[in-house]
Amino acid sequence: MNRFIDLRVAVTGGTSGLGLALVQQLSARGARVAFVARGRERVERVARECPGTHGIVGDVSLKTDIYPIAVQILGELGGLDVLINNASDLGPATLRLLGDTDCEDLERALATNLVGPFRLTKAVLGALSASARAGRGAVVLNISSDAALNPYPTWGAYGASKAALRHLSAIWDSEIAEQGVRVLSLDPGDMDTPLHAQAVPGADPSTLKRPQVAALEMIDAIMAALPVVERDLDGALAIAGHQRVQ
Amino acid sequence: MIAAADPVQRPQDAKLLVVDALGHISHTRRRDFVDLLRRGDLVIANDAATLPASLTGRHLSTGSEVEARLAGRRSLSVDDVGSYSAVMFGAGDFRTPTENRAAPPLFVPGDDLALGPLRATVTKTLGHPRLVSLQFDGSVAEIWAGIARHGRPIQYAHITSPLSLWDVWTVIAGPPVAFEPPSAGFVLDWQALSTMSARGIDFATITLAAGISSTGDTELDARLPFDEPYEIPSATAHAIDRALSDGRRIVAIGTTVVRALEHAATGRRSVRAGQGVATQRINETSRLQIVDAILSGVHEPATSHHQLLRAFAGGTTLREADAVMSARGYRTHEFGDSVWFEREPASTQG
Repeated sequence: MNRFIDLRVAVTGGTSGLGLALVQQLSARGARVAFVARGRERVERVARECPGTHGIVGDVSLKTDIYPIAVQILGELGGLDVLINNASDLGPATLRLLGDTDCEDLERALATNLVGPFRLTKAVLGALSASARAGRGAVVLNISSDAALNPYPTWGAYGASKAALRHLSAIWDSEIAEQGVRVLSLDPGDMDTPLHAQAVPGADPSTLKRPQVAALEMIDAIMAALPVVERDLDGALAIAGHQRVQ
Repeated sequence: MIAAADPVQRPQDAKLLVVDALGHISHTRRRDFVDLLRRGDLVIANDAATLPASLTGRHLSTGSEVEARLAGRRSLSVDDVGSYSAVMFGAGDFRTPTENRAAPPLFVPGDDLALGPLRATVTKTLGHPRLVSLQFDGSVAEIWAGIARHGRPIQYAHITSPLSLWDVWTVIAGPPVAFEPPSAGFVLDWQALSTMSARGIDFATITLAAGISSTGDTELDARLPFDEPYEIPSATAHAIDRALSDGRRIVAIGTTVVRALEHAATGRRSVRAGQGVATQRINETSRLQIVDAILSGVHEPATSHHQLLRAFAGGTTLREADAVMSARGYRTHEFGDSVWFEREPASTQG
């Protein structure tokens, strides 16, 4: 049985790097995918290239964009099983010492990498908990980084925001697991993405993980956190190992 | 009673009037409502998220300003978003009480409206010049984006500051299909759900596209509530059937839950899972089959929400409750105080 059929997934930052790879691979496996990104032209192009996906123009770092994004995700998918907070901002345009980092750049990194995921997760938490009650399971995946753990010099804005996101994920998971919602934080590794090229312009792409490979690993982790459900011929869900009540 | 004017979902000082099955009245703090629940109770709430259903724009043939308040849809199907019934207003906004709002132009089928980025056609009027059927142009994605970006929550003059969606979404909000918030659910937060879970109190949800509560027009108001599509998930239907067979209480958070569950009642101590359209009125003539108790807002007499409470308690009890709430300064409307009614045995109602 294809576990992706009817799985409803939203991906932020879905038009480049890891986010794009997630949209492509989830969609190819049969999931119903909504993705969010700032640029209208890129959103429309990805939606054309991945037929059946739902492209949403929005900026998760903006408070006033969160509910319009949530309305479109939940409206177009009719609910939500998986939210992937992938959109990320390096902070300053190029890596620099914290003492040389503009406050506004730190604020932007926090807005995109921490506050945005918090707001969007809060807005769709009701929908995720409904999926959990229906036996479908529900997962929030926050994309992390080894910079969340290691204090790499010049990665201050990004590293601090990802460390905070990782801790937020751990606390939220401990609180909401009883409602059947899992909150994961995973580091996909150093990938050949626009964000990595911005941070380390001279890096040799052949030494970096391909985002398609990282996306497969992320998808495996999500599926491992979801219950295995069986669908009856009439489409009703039954949790494996439990008798369906007639 | 006075209208609650601040858009705070869970004010610390919110009051809760408790009417038990014998008609005895008491008062408690609403934040303690979980203490009214017993182990084994099944609590059911409406998880509909609220659409930004107020769309302003122009009637193209006359150039008149209009406000369309989306008020109904045929089904909850995710692709069935092109067609809505809508209550129309003329120029102005929520700051003017609905009954004083300027009338919209007279609509004829085929009239086009420009509502921000959205284009819509009036396909027909629905038995009243201000109640129309609207068909939006564009793809499903364009319609959702237009409503999400341009729409505002439907709002009334008792709230003076513009509402945002975060003001009107309950914490359990899921599918954005309600035209006004299922506001009894404002009482719920994640702490309450956690406490219920720890105390062995079951929780489940239905989704009902809650319609609008007031139009400013006596004739239209008399037609409320409009038909409301709903969905009862299989897991919720099974939980209800188990509770009914065990003799455990079913507690509805809000009138919309009562309407959906009683509409889906099969007459054999069971409810149908799946989608339906609730068309019935619930009032003193209704014999409830499913719901044992309700937590609801404070509703003014003569509203359909108030009439629904007659299915739980007799007229004498309800009049006494209204008098007590007036005397104690209970606040009405969506951000106001709350009531809890346990269903009286049918023989004692009068």
